[in-house]
This record gives sequence, structure tokens and C-alpha cells, in this order.
Amino acid sequence: MVDVLVCIKRVPDVGGQVLLTADEQAVDGRYVGFTVSNHENSAVELAIRIAEATGGTVTLLTVGPAEAAEQLRATLALGAHAAIHVEADPAALGPADIAREIATVVTEKEAAGADYDLILLGNDAADTGDFQVGIRVAYALDRPVVGGVSAVEVADGSLTATGAGTDGEVSYAVPLPAVATVLEGGAEPRYPTLKGRMAAKKVEIETRQLAGAPSGAQRVRLTLPPPAPSTVEVLGEGPEAAGAVVDLFERLGVAR
Amino acid sequence: MPDVPASAKCVVIGAGIVGNSLVHHLARLGWTEIVQIDQGPLPNPGGSTGHASNFIFPVDHSREITDLTLDSVRQYRELGVFTESGGFEIARTPERMEELRRRMSSARAWGIEASLVEPAFVQELVPFIETDQFIGAFWTPSVGVVDSLRAGTIMREGAVAQGALTTVPNVEVLGLDVEELPGGERRIRRVRTDRGDIEADYVVIACGVWSPKIGDMAGVSIPLTPAVHQMISVGPIPQLAGSAGEISVPIIRDMDTFCYERQHGADMEVGSYAHRAILHEPEEIPRLDQAKLSPTELPFTDDDFDLQLEQALELMPEALGADGAEMRYAINGLLSLTCDGSPILGESHVKGLWTAAAVWIKEGPGVGRAVAEWMTHGQSEIDVSASDIARFHPHQMRREHTRLRTGESFIKTYGIVHPAEQYESDRDQRLSPMHEAQRKAGAVFFEAVGWERPQWYGSNADLLEEYGDRVLPREHEWDSRWWSPIVNAEHLRMREAAGVIDLTAFAIFDITGPGALASVQRTCVAQCDVAVGKVIYTPVLDHKGGFRSDLTVMRLADQHFRVVTGGAHGMADKKWFADLLVDGAELTDLTDRISTIGLWGPQARAILGELSSDDLSDDGFGFLTCREIQVGDITVLASRISYVGDLGWELYVSFDDAAALWDRLLATGEPYGARPVGIGVYATTGRIEKGYRAFGYELDGERTIVEAGMQRPKVKAADFVGKAAYLEQRETEPAAVLCTLQVEDHTSAAGIRRYMLGGEPILTRAGEPLTDGHGHHPYVTSAGSAPSLGRHLLLAYLPPDRARVGTELAVSYMEELYPVTVICADATAPFDPENARIR
Repeated sequence: MVDVLVCIKRVPDVGGQVLLTADEQAVDGRYVGFTVSNHENSAVELAIRIAEATGGTVTLLTVGPAEAAEQLRATLALGAHAAIHVEADPAALGPADIAREIATVVTEKEAAGADYDLILLGNDAADTGDFQVGIRVAYALDRPVVGGVSAVEVADGSLTATGAGTDGEVSYAVPLPAVATVLEGGAEPRYPTLKGRMAAKKVEIETRQLAGAPSGAQRVRLTLPPPAPSTVEVLGEGPEAAGAVVDLFERLGVAR
Repeated sequence: MPDVPASAKCVVIGAGIVGNSLVHHLARLGWTEIVQIDQGPLPNPGGSTGHASNFIFPVDHSREITDLTLDSVRQYRELGVFTESGGFEIARTPERMEELRRRMSSARAWGIEASLVEPAFVQELVPFIETDQFIGAFWTPSVGVVDSLRAGTIMREGAVAQGALTTVPNVEVLGLDVEELPGGERRIRRVRTDRGDIEADYVVIACGVWSPKIGDMAGVSIPLTPAVHQMISVGPIPQLAGSAGEISVPIIRDMDTFCYERQHGADMEVGSYAHRAILHEPEEIPRLDQAKLSPTELPFTDDDFDLQLEQALELMPEALGADGAEMRYAINGLLSLTCDGSPILGESHVKGLWTAAAVWIKEGPGVGRAVAEWMTHGQSEIDVSASDIARFHPHQMRREHTRLRTGESFIKTYGIVHPAEQYESDRDQRLSPMHEAQRKAGAVFFEAVGWERPQWYGSNADLLEEYGDRVLPREHEWDSRWWSPIVNAEHLRMREAAGVIDLTAFAIFDITGPGALASVQRTCVAQCDVAVGKVIYTPVLDHKGGFRSDLTVMRLADQHFRVVTGGAHGMADKKWFADLLVDGAELTDLTDRISTIGLWGPQARAILGELSSDDLSDDGFGFLTCREIQVGDITVLASRISYVGDLGWELYVSFDDAAALWDRLLATGEPYGARPVGIGVYATTGRIEKGYRAFGYELDGERTIVEAGMQRPKVKAADFVGKAAYLEQRETEPAAVLCTLQVEDHTSAAGIRRYMLGGEPILTRAGEPLTDGHGHHPYVTSAGSAPSLGRHLLLAYLPPDRARVGTELAVSYMEELYPVTVICADATAPFDPENARIR
């Protein structure tokens, strides 16, 4: 039985052009809405599979504004069992603060009897891209960590995590409890079911306040890279183009 | 990237279902040099068409919308993109069952096959539905789904192949250039885009939710608001997995939860109109490159949908709750809503600048055809006057009005809406000068194009006792909703003594100048070259001889005519007259400067006589004449005319003096028994007893003077719009004849007396359908009490062979038959047929 803690973050669901808020402190989600990143969705999927396979549980944790409850509910609907919400204005927090808050929750919950054998995070946040939180959490909890993996398996008190390396696939074996940061691509995230959505409504989200004051590196402002030149390639017209379209879909991974 | 052509006969902005249908029909009608542009790519530029659920339920209570829908279905079928699935509207409550019975009335009236069925019947065709969730359903076998993107592509490419059309996608409109012509007329000149300018004679704004933004570029208000309709797609559903094609299971409209469930391959689409109204501004819709999916597929807001999810799951637990069935797609889709629920079509006040917006998939091709015909011939085969952009009064052009009204009406998309139901929001926009006095008299106000009009007066409740059962009381809540027996009491008092009626909502405009006579002559059917001081009641026709309006014209001087018409279509009438002005004629709108008070009844002459020393005798002030009189210090233009069938006058008075005149008439009238009388009498009981027709009910673009029984012995020599058609109509047997019918027995099976409200089908006594020469089925165009006759009367166009006094027929009301008899087969008045009382 493995209990997995998955850390998720409310981020704008950017598909097209990225817009910044007027104060340049955040990505503007006005047109696109909010979600959790693909990396985190993959982490949730892996967690649910491990919990299902071992009869364990999935607990979600987020540090974010009151509205982040929407992302907790949406993720609970996929099959997670519990959710913890540290309410905070993310703009005021750097990656060290987030890691400290996660570690604090884990320490306190474990002191109270919980046992998070595995902590999964996304490899990096979709909006701020700090690439630090997972490593810092592991350091704070003094646990082994593997980064950038896309598949995880748990067996006999050990975590096997697999990811792409420069020379091919790399597998890591680390003892539990452990931390892993997940890259999308390994496990296709599921969509919610109606029953799952309704069950999620009934879960009581545990809300907590920040454990400490912000410290460490703080954000000055976000900047946008210059827009990438857009290129349009016409694949063809009429039925003759079908083959090229199928090839493209396979290359993009949307058809198999 | 190609530039746009430098010039065009017509530029169509938008390549959704409306723009594509329009270019197709324009090309079919012989237009060439059409340029169609869209800000997005083809075939799905990212507007509402791209995410539409694409299903069509043909039955609507509105004839205009039903006609457009049926025409659209016909076109979709011809294009090979229609799949018939059948559809159920299910009822969870007895109130909804009653509404479904009313829907049966509309289905019978419009000749659409439909029936009421038991839950078990629904389950036979939709095996996974839970029958304990509802009590009955309305079954329409001809419900289906369409591929609106494919339809649009076929139509657009057809016009291109014909050489009539150039379509350029990915073009952004930057501006519309309007030219001021001498005389103040404004005309469209060019469309400015990011790929160059296009000189054009005609421009059509057909870009859905973006239309207001484009209209603003020419100073034209297109009062629609983008609103969210939530939709999810759940699948794969094992019960659907094996079925062939897009849809084979009938569509369910769960009317009481405002939801629908529609198969889409192996998925079930669940859509909702139950959530709060979520309105957007056209300027705040994301651009294509800013949107995640498309500009009109906005992020789904889960919380707004949770209740509907639960209800849908209860209705179809086995399917929607099946293992592996996931919510794979969920959007807040944008669609267009208007303040009165009708589309926005027709030429704006900028000449050559047309609109075709706020149109749903089910009306798209029908609208395309109607607007193309209108642009080509000056009118369309299907009467679309309820959708005319010219209908809007200034208060309706405010974005706030649209927001408030659509915020109120969104939840009524699947609602049970009484035909007389009043809006609550944004009221008190236009108050007549006597409003305060009316409020004190307990007036119950109904709204007419912003005006607050007393429908009846609480202060007249004392008359109920006096008249007893003569007020024809109604026992059933539905029949008596938005109604009061006081209306009939006021009617009886007017017939006995006199009534004073506020008619401030009239639209009034003057035609003046050397071209005035020629202008009214070419616009009106009746002879307008009459002596100064004459009042003319006249139909106004379109080019094909259908009704544009009916109204009165007063000749106030050689070169001065005053047109008085109903408020509801007053703005459209004004545009029609303005468009037909000849050189040397000018139109001035006086609506907000002149108030009208009606005084009618046997004591009218005595009452006005006490207030004025002018000669009011029949010899001195004959019927259908007008002139200025003095009522003390108030100058009043008095016109001896009547829409209620009694002696009296319409008194036109400046806004400043109207309240004083109102008070004097009532004070002087009191000893004579006069009372303030509401619009319930003016618009329904008074006129229906007299067989007077009303535009929008009996009269519309699809009806003729001959069918309405309104032809005069002679036709004037002067030419007028529709004359050729009218002359031909006079030589041909009518395809239908407007008749007055009386209800012989009101008692329902439950022993309750029922009173029809309008829209019900007329059938044979045995309940068989009737068909007129147009292929239409008769329905009640107006229904109302005739208190002087102690009867409930109905007006309906009947097949000519049934249009005979004494013909025994039946009216179907809430799916029960009530016997009716034809009492007038022409315009003869059921009450006072000799018109002795008016003299």
C-alpha cells in the first residue's frame, strides 16, 4: 500500500499566445482559464495508477490562492482521495518558500500518522518555470530525489523511475520514501468521469495557512520572449492530403 | 498572403453559417463581385458555428422562427448534411406537461408532426434513460443534426465556382468608411482591412458575436451580447459505441433542468442553459492566437455545471456513468443573444450597410436566403419583420439594455414563458406625461418598446361587482396570468359611457415639403391626395404585395402629412417611409414630443364638448377628419377615428400639456361615467369585437389585403409600392380568408372553463387538420374577450371553402378540442356591424 502525495499548482491554461498581467507578476489567464500543467497531470496519473495497484491513496497538495480549490476539485475528480490547500498569494512566494511549505505539511502530517512514501511533483511550473521546488523539498525532508522522469513504479520498498537521458532511456532505483519530479509523456492523463466529479465535490479540502514568511529569491517581473515566427505549411488539398495529415498526427502523437 | 480585392459589389464580413449561406443565396440571385472576408481560417474561422451542437428541434412558438428553421432544414437536407435522429422534450413536472401540450398546439399550427408520449416510449428509443425521472415527453420525429461547417463550405465553394465570390480568410476589419450625402443620408463606401481597403456598394455584417464591434465602426448599434452556453462531451459510452454514424439515438431535451443530451458518435454531449447568465463584451473575446481552443470556446467553469451534471447522471446513469466514460471536452461556448430573442437582420440606418447576426444554426440557411432576397427584391418570401434591425428604439440600442434583458431571459431558453409575460429588468425607460397619475390610479403597467403603458387600472376594480359575470372571469391560472377581468369591466364601461386611453407609445412622424404628397402616395395604398384635414387609414405594402404595416395618415396642410403608427414597429415604419421619400420631402420624428390620448364612448362628444367650444358635432367634425381644437388653454390636434369602434377622438397634444389634458378629461368625464381604460381594451377587446386587424398578428409580409378582407372597391390611379401585386391579388381567388370565430363551449374535460390566448390550431370539429391554399394550417392570430357580446372571439385565416358564416370547426387548446363557429368571413364587425356607434 503506497500513499502518494502529488503537488499541483494552479496555472493559466496557455495554448496560444501568452499574455502577462499588467503588473508583469503573472500570466494572464483571462482568455484561457486555469488548469494544472501537463507535467503535473502526468504525475497525478502515475500516482493514481500506483495507488490503484497497491491499494494506497493519492493526496493532493497545493500552495495557491483561494481559486486554486478549483484545480484541487478538478484533480480530485480524476480519482485522488484527499486534498490540502495552503492558501497564499503565489506572487509573494519564491520556489524556496513553496518547498518549505510543502516540507512543513509533509512533516506535520507524518507526525500525525500519515506516511507519504512517494512525493510527486511536476518537473517545473508551467507559468514561472523555476525548476527548483522538487529538489528543495527532497533536500528539506532529507529524501532521495530523481528529476525529469516520465514513468515510476513502486515495488518492495523501492522506486523505479525512468526518463529520457542524453544517451537513451535512464532508469533510477531509489529507496522509499522518495521524491520524483515528472515530465509529461510517460502516462497519458485520464479525463474526469461524471461520477468522479461528483465524488470530488464531497471531499472536504483541508485548508492551511502559510507556515513561514517569504524568504529567499523573489520574483522581480516576468518577461515574454520575442514571438516565434509563425510558419504555415499547406499539406495539400482534398483527399490527396489525407496521408500527409495522418503522418502529421502521428508525429504529434495525437493519432496512433 | 493575398491582398483583398480593391472593390466589390458586396462585402460579406463573416464565414460562419450565416455568411456562407448569404453568399450562396446572393450568387444564386445573380449577384457577382461578392467578396467574403473573415478574421479566421477556413473552414472553421473560430466563431460560434465552429462549436455549435448543430441539432435542430423544428417546433417553436414563433411562426417566423419556425419558418426560418423549416427552410433551413430543407436546405441542409438538400446539401446532404442533415441526419434525422428524432428528438424528445421531456417533462419532469405537470406544469411542463401542460407546456408540452401548448407545444403540440404550435406543432399542429405549423404542420409539424409531433406527439405526446409516455416515458416507456422514450425508453424504447433511448434504452439507457431512467423513466422514473420524468412523466411524459413531446416527440418530434423530424428532429435532426446537421454539419453546419460542411454546409457552409459547400455553399461558399459553390459561389466561388460560379465565379460570383472571392473569399479571403485571415483578414481583420479595421474600419468601415461611411460617406455623408447631401441631405444627411449616410452611405457605406468601403471596408478597411489589414490587407487593404475594399470599395463596396453593399456591406453585410454577418460575424456573429463580433458584430457589435464591427457595427460600431460605422456608428451602427447591433444590440446583441455574446453569452456562454456550457457544453461537455462524455465518452466513450459503451451503449453508443456500436452505433453507426454520428447519431442514431434521439436527442433528449430535459426541459425542466434546461439541459440536453445529444449523441455524437460514441460520446454524449450534455449542454446546459441552466447556469447563471455569463455575458461577455465583443471587444473582450480573445483573438485566435490568444485563445486556447478557439475565440468562442472559452475555458469551462466547472462550478456552474455541477448541478446539471448531477441531473444528467440521474437521467442516464448507465450511459453517462459507464466505466471509462470521461468528460473529454468541456467549454463555455459563446453564442449571441438579443434583448427580445429575435435575430438582427436587414439594412441599418447607414445605406448599403446590412446586418445578419444573432442567428442560430437552426435558422442560418433560412436567414441567408431571406436576407439575400431582401437585398435583391426589397423583401423576403418569409416575413422577417420581427427580426428587422430597424425595430430597435434608442433605449434598446444601449448595450446595458441587452445585458440586462438577456441576463433575465437566458434562463428562459428552455423556460415556460407565458405569451404575455413581461420583463422585469430595465423598465421605466419611457414614461408618458401622465404616468404619475396612472400610478396613483393603480395602473398595472405592461411595456411596449420601452413605454410603460397601463394594461388596466386597479382603481377600476369597483366595476367588477357592477358587471358581475359579464366580465367573463377566467378560472384557470394560465388563462388569467398577465390578465385581469378589470380589462373587460373597463371595456363595458367604455361602451356604456366613455374611456380615456393613454396612447403615448404611438410612433409619430411628419412628412413635409414639396415632395411630401408624392412620398406618401407612393408608400401608402389608400388615396392620400385628399383635402387638408382628412384622416386616412391605409395599408402599407412591400413590393410583392405583402403587408409592411397598417397605419393612419393625416393631411395637415398641402405639403404636410402626419403618420401615426404603433410603437412596436414604428421605427421600421419610419425607415420604410424615409427610404421611399422623393426629392423635396423631409421626415421629422415627433414621437418623443407628441402624446396621444384616446377618448371614446357614447359620452365622448359630451365630455369633450364641455371642455371645448369648438364644433364637435358630426356635421362640424366628421368621421375621418382632423383639426386643431382648443381645450381651454391647451391646443390639441383632434382626429375623429377609432380603433375600438366607438364615437370619439385621438387627441394629439404636446408632452408639456398631456398630463393636464388627461386630468381634465377624467375630471370632466367622471359625472358621465368615464374611466381611464387600459391597453387591454385598446389592443384586444375593443378591436376584436370590431374585427379590426393588427399588424404582427393578422397582418404581415405573407398576407395580402384580399386575404385580410380589407380591399376597397377601387384602387387609386397613382402608383404605390406593391400596386402591381395588389392588382393581381384582386383578380385571383384568395388562398386563405381571415375570419372571426366564436367559441361555443369553453368547458374542458376537467370541467374548467378555458380561454384561448392565441396561436392555437383551428381544426375540423372532428379534430382533423385543415390546409389553406398556401399549404399552411389555420391558427389563431388573435384571441380575446368580446365583453359586449359575452363571447370569446378568435381570428384565423381559413381555407376559402371553410370561410363561410356558420361553418362549424374546433380549436385545439392544451390538446383538448373546443367547438367554434365562423361568425364573420370578412372584415365585418361582430359588434355593431353597421358601425352606427362610431358616427
